[in-house]
Amino acid sequence: MGQISVMRVSLFITCYNDTLYPETGRAVVSLLERLGVELDFHPRQTCCGQMHANTGYRGEAFSQAKRFVRLYQDAETVVIPSSSCVAMIRDQYPGLFAELGDEELRNRFSALLPRIFELSEFLLDRLGVEDVGAYFPHRVVYHASCHGIRSLRLGERPYRLLARVRGLDLATLPNVDRCCGFGGTFSVKNAEVSSAMLATKLQDIVSTGAEYCTALDNSCLMHLGGALHRQYAGMNTIHLAQILASTEKFPAELTL
Amino acid sequence: MSHAVLDHPVMDPRFAPSFPQAVLPVLRNPQLRKNVAHAVDIIQAKRNKLVAEKSDWQRLRIAASAIRTHALENLDAYLEEFEARCTAAGGHVHWAADAAEARQIILDLLRLEKVSEVIKIKTMTSAEIQLNPFLQAAGIGVFETDLAEIVLQLGEQEPSHIVVPALHINRSQVREIFARRMGLKDLSDDPHSLTTAARTFLRQKFLTIPTAISGANYLIAETGGVVVVESEGNGRMCLTLPRTMITIGGIEKVLPRFQDLEVMLQVLARSATGERMNPYTSLWAGVTPGDGPRNFHVVLLDNGRSGMLSRPVQRQTLKCIRCAACMNTCPVYRQTGGHAYGSVYPGPIGAILTPQLMHMKHAQSLPYASSLCGACYEVCPVKINIPEVLLELRSQVVNQERRQAGRFLDPMYLGLRFANLLFARAWRFHLAQRLGRIGARLVTRKDGWIHSLPSVGAKWTQTRDLRGLPRQTFHEWWAARGKGAK
Repeated sequence: MGQISVMRVSLFITCYNDTLYPETGRAVVSLLERLGVELDFHPRQTCCGQMHANTGYRGEAFSQAKRFVRLYQDAETVVIPSSSCVAMIRDQYPGLFAELGDEELRNRFSALLPRIFELSEFLLDRLGVEDVGAYFPHRVVYHASCHGIRSLRLGERPYRLLARVRGLDLATLPNVDRCCGFGGTFSVKNAEVSSAMLATKLQDIVSTGAEYCTALDNSCLMHLGGALHRQYAGMNTIHLAQILASTEKFPAELTL
Repeated sequence: MSHAVLDHPVMDPRFAPSFPQAVLPVLRNPQLRKNVAHAVDIIQAKRNKLVAEKSDWQRLRIAASAIRTHALENLDAYLEEFEARCTAAGGHVHWAADAAEARQIILDLLRLEKVSEVIKIKTMTSAEIQLNPFLQAAGIGVFETDLAEIVLQLGEQEPSHIVVPALHINRSQVREIFARRMGLKDLSDDPHSLTTAARTFLRQKFLTIPTAISGANYLIAETGGVVVVESEGNGRMCLTLPRTMITIGGIEKVLPRFQDLEVMLQVLARSATGERMNPYTSLWAGVTPGDGPRNFHVVLLDNGRSGMLSRPVQRQTLKCIRCAACMNTCPVYRQTGGHAYGSVYPGPIGAILTPQLMHMKHAQSLPYASSLCGACYEVCPVKINIPEVLLELRSQVVNQERRQAGRFLDPMYLGLRFANLLFARAWRFHLAQRLGRIGARLVTRKDGWIHSLPSVGAKWTQTRDLRGLPRQTFHEWWAARGKGAK
């Protein structure tokens, strides 16, 4: 690993990671600090507004978007370990601000936008590291997530990171670009179709014989992991940050 | 016979059950789900292969999108130009504000012709206005000539796809329908026998029925011409033998120039059927003595379309060229097929088109029939940002909900409004997390997982568990860590 100059990063953990998956946040902290990044956490952060925007509550989403911009406008760099939340900010904030916001808010957002990174983007595009010194001796399958593929266009980034994890045996997932059926409130508004999509996705995932299914978005993993647990499938889910944070000395916190 | 077969799908959005209700019998029908998944996988694989061989595919999409956008932005002028050129070429143009008007215009034309039977080229627009049952009730025999449409008509089934309307039916089911309705007890289910049976059935219709009805893939303003693309050649037969041809087309189908077909035909065939060029492309303008129909009528249908022109986000919907690539790639459609959408336009395009055609008064569940995965937008040859339109329509549905008294009984509405209050202040959010942690103890099992939740949560736990809330949130850990370091 080369010498990395000190970089200040403000971590937006997202509402559901804060509440349900704090281990992902702790992994991001341990990973980035190991890479020499100085981390900052804004205590007043809550939600990006994705759930409201995607369910049609545009006014509510707008107030959360405005709040996000206000909190992070002075940050040097913002890192978000959730691809769908980054997609919300990139794809939907401009439309929300164009429709409901004032000129000044739009300008502040435009200035902030290039400094917002999804975790794998930050590691590869900003820090320029591919080998983060991780060790995870398990067979792993990567679920690419719709927002990761089609909105952020993460492409090879997660695979490049996984390829450098020592001990890791990466399985190939058939139909990798097909949705797992989560879709936020879709999973309860159309619970039966969502479950049918989930069943199809699980067939592909389980067919790989992996021990862990990983992703850059805990919302897909909550969906997949919830069903894997229900079915005693013998496979666990784990955010990619936790794999990358894992070392021989400090193995990943496993949530069994 | 299984119960699902007896459930006849309702295809009129005014009366159809909501999408979450309509999918229930479908999801329990293994034959239908297998047929749909098998068919869309095949079409998609062909489409992907032919798109991959075009190095300029993205540029073609941009061009196709620009042509359609320009046509819609100047629709009034191009429609008038079309009318003038079509009339000059000997055709007759009729304007229909809604489905009822269009049906009546067509019936009146048939009465004028004194005909009791009519043959049809496959047209989804006629299905949209429910033309067949209307004509049949008026005593006119209607005969579809597209193979899939014959299967549906004889089998008394509804279309489930806009390009391959009988996609939910497999070969042995087709054999059963033909054997029963054509009186062919010994018919085999090999493709040759089935198409021979259809051919024999059809020839007699082509030779005896003097009036035909078609749809239009495109209307060309510059020439007043109509374009119909098809795979089987039955449309070509309808265009050459009959005395009278009546074409029905939505007002959005207009292309400015003949040359626009260069782009539009390339993207349509590849996207729709995974072919470089569709086998039959028929183009005609007005009437030509000694060649084709002697009487030609075009019915231009509005039926809710002009209302979609005013706002750019919604206007995109009208760029659609009905290729069905969106439904072939849609992971929701792949599970449900078309009938659950309660409209002749299913899949992602149906989810945005149908509620708008209904002026947002019906089919409000359709904008939610998507996980917003974005696969539809990626394949759309005219670059309709379907997820963006879905979100716009969802926001219109929520704005309707905000005015309804019953909203206070809807746990989803209450939950989202309440969540917004929590997210507005960090202390409220943090307090809710702490209270939630205490409440969650009641439903969390010893293994640390929640297996059953009440209310909306039950929809989650009907097929998935949820990990119980951890003892410490991330922000609590961060705060404690800061204190430890000091």
